[in-house]
Amino acid sequence: MSTTADHPVEQVGGATAKYVDQRLGSNKFLGRNLGKVFPDHWSFMLGEIALYSFIVVLLTGTFLTLFFNPSMVEVIYNGSYVPLKGVQMSEAYASSLNISFEVRGGLLIRQMHHWSALIFVAAITVHMFRIFFTGAFRKPREFNWIVGVGLTALALGAGFTGYSLPDDLLSGTGLQIIRGILQSIPLVGTWAAFLVFGGEFPGTDIIPRLYVAHILLIPGIILALITVHLMMVWTQKHTQFPGPGRTNNNVVGYPLLPVYMAKAGGFFFIVFGIIALTGGLVTINPIWIFGPYTPDQVSAGTQPDWYIGWLDGAMRLMPNWESVIAGFTISWNVLIPTVVIPGILFTGLALYPFLEAWATGDKREHHLLERPRNAPVRTGIGVTAIVFYGILWIGGGNDIIATTFDLSINAISRTLQIMLIAGPPIAFVITKRLCLGLQRKDREKLLHGYESGRVLRLPHGEFIEVHQPLNYKELAVISSKEDLHVLPAPVKTDAQGVRNPHYRVDQLRYKLSSFFLRDNVERPTDAEIAAGQAHASHSAALEAPLNEYEELDQDPVGHGGVLHHPGMPTTNQEQVDQRQ
Amino acid sequence: MNKITPSAGDNDELGHDEHGLAPAKLGYSPVAEIPHRLRVTDTDPKAARRAERQVASMFTLSMVFVMLSVVAYVMIDKATIVYIPVLGEVGASNVALGLTFGIAVFLIGAGAIQWAKKLMPDVEVVQQRHDMVSDKEEDNLAAADYERGKEESGFARYKIIRRSLLGAMALFPIPIIVVLRDLWITPPGENPRELLSNTLWTKGKRIVSDGTYLPVRPEDLPVGGLVSALPEGILEAQEEDHNLNARGKAAIVLVRMDPDQIRSQQGEGWDYNGILAYSKICTHVGCPTALYEQRTHHLLCPCHQSTFDLADSGAVIFGPAARNMPQLPITVDEEGYLIATQDFAEPVGPSFWERDRA
Repeated sequence: MSTTADHPVEQVGGATAKYVDQRLGSNKFLGRNLGKVFPDHWSFMLGEIALYSFIVVLLTGTFLTLFFNPSMVEVIYNGSYVPLKGVQMSEAYASSLNISFEVRGGLLIRQMHHWSALIFVAAITVHMFRIFFTGAFRKPREFNWIVGVGLTALALGAGFTGYSLPDDLLSGTGLQIIRGILQSIPLVGTWAAFLVFGGEFPGTDIIPRLYVAHILLIPGIILALITVHLMMVWTQKHTQFPGPGRTNNNVVGYPLLPVYMAKAGGFFFIVFGIIALTGGLVTINPIWIFGPYTPDQVSAGTQPDWYIGWLDGAMRLMPNWESVIAGFTISWNVLIPTVVIPGILFTGLALYPFLEAWATGDKREHHLLERPRNAPVRTGIGVTAIVFYGILWIGGGNDIIATTFDLSINAISRTLQIMLIAGPPIAFVITKRLCLGLQRKDREKLLHGYESGRVLRLPHGEFIEVHQPLNYKELAVISSKEDLHVLPAPVKTDAQGVRNPHYRVDQLRYKLSSFFLRDNVERPTDAEIAAGQAHASHSAALEAPLNEYEELDQDPVGHGGVLHHPGMPTTNQEQVDQRQ
Repeated sequence: MNKITPSAGDNDELGHDEHGLAPAKLGYSPVAEIPHRLRVTDTDPKAARRAERQVASMFTLSMVFVMLSVVAYVMIDKATIVYIPVLGEVGASNVALGLTFGIAVFLIGAGAIQWAKKLMPDVEVVQQRHDMVSDKEEDNLAAADYERGKEESGFARYKIIRRSLLGAMALFPIPIIVVLRDLWITPPGENPRELLSNTLWTKGKRIVSDGTYLPVRPEDLPVGGLVSALPEGILEAQEEDHNLNARGKAAIVLVRMDPDQIRSQQGEGWDYNGILAYSKICTHVGCPTALYEQRTHHLLCPCHQSTFDLADSGAVIFGPAARNMPQLPITVDEEGYLIATQDFAEPVGPSFWERDRA
């Protein structure tokens, strides 16, 4: 840094910092944090995409509120979209058409809003996969995981309330389904539906109510939770992948100022720009095609936004069970796919870090990410959940698949029902086995180095395959594996004959622990690794005479079908002889 | 031999001032073991200047595109439709605004990242972590303060205060929930079960076709045909109620089939010469069912593919719906128009808790 006289900008910056500091003491914070280190990895961008697309959602959404009229009062449309001229519709739908056709740039902002919302949920989902499969949720980050699960649920709520607002035929059908779902809840469902809709469906209250939820309640909570989410990341420092110089006690990466700030700030504009381009070039939710909502019409091929698809699929694949118990009706066919399954899924997600910690007995802090293969059961559970979700999601498009590929919708649904039961366990077993196989491979590499694929005949006639030592980077990554062991089996009564009062819980924990850890492939000790790598180096060294010839800068010539460098000896023995 | 344990790289005391900053003060230093390959821009001043020019031109171009965006806003009429290959017929204003603004914003990001990658230091640095748990000293301080507070407030001593406070705290949210009761200002004498069980259909109510709202005669319906229909007076009811609730319950489909093909129906003689009226609202979650296959007499709901056999009492033959589609008994009046002979015998649409209460 040179003198400030040469840099008026810095002078102003310095003066501003001083001015603010005298009033807020802000330089104490800046001094500690401007150099804060953030590790770098492509997968760390996923959460950033979620954050940035949310900012775009807020910006574009604010613009839309200036023109949108959340009212279900019926009006006659008289705007510039000719096919709907003279049609009766709600003010909500009319104002959405107005935004799309009358307001310049309105359609762009509307489409950017929709695209960024879709990207928001997608980025959250993939970000969550990354966190789960690398074990980033482990101590001390369990709270942040729960906040993340909450944000995921809220993102779904924000999306659904949003695309219900234009009151077009598609969104109204979605609301009709919501009414059916509410009515399926035992005991309170019917009243809940009447309270939510302000009476019978569709009524005239639902759009204004969803509007309040969509523009104030849900985004307010999301914003608060994002703040908490980021503050926890800041306080706990970001996790990092294993690699040279990276330990559980340090954080290796780029300082906040300038590199991280430039990259992250730049990336915001990249995300913003891509959303703007998509909004300009790719049509999303063309509400003018669907027409205004009326409860007695529907269009074939009705599809919700992608993140609701799995719930729609669950409804499609559920058998048609309903029972009347003591005169009361319970619609299992609606309740299970839309209330019970999502309830179990989100509760399971939220509790998973605690379950795993309890089962493995792991109470240490983890800042170094775990490779998915090194936690086969966790990875297996994750893939199982994704397969289950994926089949439901495909189920949500069974009609599209049927019409596109000219297949029987009944056959598709039946097949998916069977896959839904059989697929997840199969996925679990395959995933776990793959992980264990990779663990064994890693152990091999640590103990013997790489198989080079080159076979060498030694002077005394022995054939060996040349093994090469791992490079320092692979070594750091592979040797980062940490072994956990199955918890000791509980005893029913101790040596003094005192009964263990917690025996049943201990037994359950022991079984769970065994489920998680019993198949672990032990990492070699540091000494074994050192010996193994040294041995591999030695084997590679035997090849050295050959390598010397490769360095000759001469074109190889054909020689009886075999490539030879001129003067290159044909046998290993000859080489050895020549060197002597 | 390389270091093999992850802890081997824990080496922050090797501080080098490669940033022109003061690493000691900022608390980080380059990592000894992390190899660092110099970039072209580090070694070749020409390349560095080229990168500088690239970054600056991206920022400059961004300004140009912002101006173009404003020009597009002013110049392009919002109604102009243009044909663009791949995209098809699109609004010119939307595409122009999206393109210009999108590129402008993207270029800012691309410039910043290029700057960071080519010109800012790319040496990774190390910072130490500390356990999240508080020091013993801070921990003791907090515990002591807490104890003092507890003692001074007498929270532990005044049992009756403590319990009554807990009770008060538990109860005070109740009114906040109670006031939500009037989310539905219930008209006197009405309850959800009654409302869900009754529709606009009554004895003698004429059936009008959806769209034209004209009464339907049997001869208007060809065999194999399906018509969406509503009760006469639906528009007046909507006008009066200012909502679409009546329509949401009363919508029906009229189908005509060869009377011999009707295997069963929900009541004796509920058809009229092979014309059957069924609710249009799916018994699953209430989507309007609209897809009719005349050969098989199957009515399919497009939302979740529940399929009803209209020749067999509207029975569910596939999909997640649990109940038959409710049938509306019909006949003709003296003028020859189709009419209902009564309301539906059961609630239409999705099930609900009190549905089967006697």
